Amino acid sequence: MADGATTPTALSGEAKAKLDRDFEQLYRDHLRDVYSYSYYRVGNHHDAEDLTEQAFLQAYRHFERAQRESDGRPLRPWLIRIAHNLASNYHRDRARRPQSALEHADPIATMHDTEQIVEGRAELQAVMDGLRNLPGDRKEALIMRFALGMDNREIARALGRTDGATKVLIHRAIKQLEEEMAADE
Amino acid sequence: MSEMREPTTDVEDLLRSALRPIEPPESLPTRVEGTLTAVTEAAAEELSAWADELSESELAALRDPRNWVRPVAAAAAGGLAGGALLLVEVRRRRRPSGASAVVDQLRNRLS
Repeated sequence: MADGATTPTALSGEAKAKLDRDFEQLYRDHLRDVYSYSYYRVGNHHDAEDLTEQAFLQAYRHFERAQRESDGRPLRPWLIRIAHNLASNYHRDRARRPQSALEHADPIATMHDTEQIVEGRAELQAVMDGLRNLPGDRKEALIMRFALGMDNREIARALGRTDGATKVLIHRAIKQLEEEMAADE
Repeated sequence: MSEMREPTTDVEDLLRSALRPIEPPESLPTRVEGTLTAVTEAAAEELSAWADELSESELAALRDPRNWVRPVAAAAAGGLAGGALLLVEVRRRRRPSGASAVVDQLRNRLS
């Protein structure tokens, strides 16, 4: 296969069974991660479901090679990178509607008091508005950090950057967000 | 470098609250698993159809070790595809003419 998918390696039955078990585990462990990332990138559940489905299909096709080349490292960054690329393609295909990402992604808050709800939601909405206005790579890094709980190293692998560059990226993203929110007050 | 310390600001707290993980809809696992199953079954069917279409001369050619790359590759791909049924726990729904049956069929023809 030209793209290296399902490389025609003669797997033994035992190796094949292990590969399947490992993929099943990856799927179970990270379905929520892939869905969350997709949702915050596209801003609606319908397209997030489509992207999640596509991400796992692609992951399955390339899983053997990815596992072989991972050298024992966790595969979550690789999986999120697939979702990341699919989301980028999604936005490229919808270039006439560039503001669709996060447009309808409501902040998820658990408040109890009515006043808290109003005040809390306003703050959360402000941070979401600020996030929406960040450059793509900064926004994506923050989604990985805060929605998925990925550390700098994982984010670096997902975005194809160095650890140092990723640390700078996240730092600048938060700083920009702080400044923009402060300016709006 | 003080500028590069890990920021611990209110904005981070807000981001944590705003960007909570989203639970997938209950229907999504069924959908994803169903799609994976359909894809793997299609791969198995394609392999089966290919095996059925072989003429006697092609089968004879396959007995030549120099021509073994294609069936071995196909068997490997089919085997991998069939294995996905394990992954989605729907092996019981597999049709009897799965990838392993095709591989066995090929082996019998080659022996």
